[in-house]
Amino acid sequence: MRNILSILTVVIAIIALWYVGSFFMNRAWVMDQAARAGETPSLMQQIEGTMTQDRAKLPAPHQVAQELWKGTVEKKVTSKRSLVYHGYITFQSTMAGFALGIFAGVALAVLIVVSRVADLALMPWAIISQTIPVVALAPMIVVLSNAVGFESLIVPKALIAAYLSFFPVLVSMIAGLRSPDGMQLDLLRTYGASQSQVFWKLRLPASLPYFFASLKIAVAASLVGAIVGELPTGAIAGLGARMLIGSQFGQPMIMWSALFAAAILAALLIWLVTGIEALAARMMGGRRA
Amino acid sequence: MTKKPVISARDLDLTFETNDGPIHALKGVSLDIEKGDFVSFIGPSGCGKTTFLRVIAGLEQATGGDVSVNGMTPEEARKSRAYGYVFQAAGLYPWRTIEGNIRLPLEIMGFARADMPRRIERVLKLVDLEGFGRKYPWQLSGGMQQRASIARALAFDADILLMDEPFGALDEIVRDHLNEQLLALWAKTEKTIGFVTHSIPEAVYLSTKIVVMSPRPGRITDVIESPLPRERPLDIRDTPEFLEVAHRVREGLRAGHAYDD
Ligand SMILES: Nc1ncnc2c1ncn2[C@@H]1O[C@H](COP(=O)(O)OP(=O)(O)O)[C@@H](O)[C@H]1O
Ligand SMILES: [Mg+2]
Repeated sequence: MRNILSILTVVIAIIALWYVGSFFMNRAWVMDQAARAGETPSLMQQIEGTMTQDRAKLPAPHQVAQELWKGTVEKKVTSKRSLVYHGYITFQSTMAGFALGIFAGVALAVLIVVSRVADLALMPWAIISQTIPVVALAPMIVVLSNAVGFESLIVPKALIAAYLSFFPVLVSMIAGLRSPDGMQLDLLRTYGASQSQVFWKLRLPASLPYFFASLKIAVAASLVGAIVGELPTGAIAGLGARMLIGSQFGQPMIMWSALFAAAILAALLIWLVTGIEALAARMMGGRRA
Repeated sequence: MTKKPVISARDLDLTFETNDGPIHALKGVSLDIEKGDFVSFIGPSGCGKTTFLRVIAGLEQATGGDVSVNGMTPEEARKSRAYGYVFQAAGLYPWRTIEGNIRLPLEIMGFARADMPRRIERVLKLVDLEGFGRKYPWQLSGGMQQRASIARALAFDADILLMDEPFGALDEIVRDHLNEQLLALWAKTEKTIGFVTHSIPEAVYLSTKIVVMSPRPGRITDVIESPLPRERPLDIRDTPEFLEVAHRVREGLRAGHAYDD
């Protein structure tokens, strides 16, 4: 209850700040219009004028909420203007990239933990890969995957999403696979366990909490990757494409509603992953000792 | 009692090479342990008790001297499942139930699936944890967890039980109780037990043989054969015989200049 109250307080504060911001950002236009008509608007008129513009610099919260409502509930989901439609396009690439990123992250982590050579050979590249800005890389990935023969944008978008999401999984899995201490390893030695038994019976199960903790970061990174993949690539569908269209054609409402749709999608994804994590934790014995 | 010792160490040396120079963890250590003995190792920290136990278990290589376990090298003995090892921390897998934890060595050693429930049942009974098999470790108290880890070490019928301060992290009352249970278990199973402690009463209460060690370099300063009967109620600790043995242990520790610094 206290929790909800504190969250609510923050939300209300943000909305209040936002209204204040909208007022000041959009006031110039109201004053301009009034000056041209030779009027001096009262404060009430100013406030009203700043909250109802179609092309406001910063649309007010209720305008964005209305636009979101129109885009999700009032439009058919097959419509090219439906946010659900665009959200689904982005969701698809996010999920494909997420799966790919998990696979790559886990596979690399296992290699690196099992083999010292792999550790020395691969780890520096994994780190360097994350220092290259993804915006610079995204167009190249699109061009390359097109050249290789992939028509649809989902492949390059998934690749970009995977590129961002494999890293948190990799780092966590390495830490998790290496988490058993000397005593745990000694215990298995007294049983005469083989290296593969040590891996399957100890290292892998010990790494699972680390794995699930990394998924939350990875799924968010994956969504960012999918959206970034839609920005500079001439995509016409997807939340990223909507944001770009909104900003290029001077339609801030489209941009803002797409932005919030993306935030809602992110919240849903993280909520889903958290649920899976809780389920896994219950199957792994409930509370950690 | 057979004459041939189960564990025999001759002139063991072990030097760790560290960045601050060599550490003589063990020097000239010789000891025989007979079948069915309960041997305690006592001494201040750093005197090499853990190291000695690890050498016996083949977890550490001596740099000099010989050890044999059941007439084999420690490595061979380990492969033939000669001992169960109990560490100071219970070290149960949090993702396995108590049963699952006891099943771990059985799975690794390739016991038949059908054989496992019977073995698990038996060792749970030995450590007085019947009915707790389906619980997860966090649902058990520290003392119960340690008992579960003893059950795990007993599950594959090793003749030798090596225990490194198994009750060191537990409070005195729980400890008394566990000591009593351990003696009962030892009487029932006739195992040979090597037990590291730094509690004098614990060593005297449990052991048939008390090995007093001292540090720098780690060595044996006294080996005391206990005159106490094998059957030992807790209040044996108030008898003159008990106090006499305890006194001799204390003397042995002092003679090793154990408390110089
Ligand atoms: N792996 C190791 N590397 C270096 N020194 C060690 C190692 N293990 C133990 N030692 C040293 O050997 C000595 C004996 O340690 P240990 O057997 O753990 O003593 P105890 O169990 O009696 O407290 C100590 O000085 C300790 O610091
Ligand atoms: Mg020790």
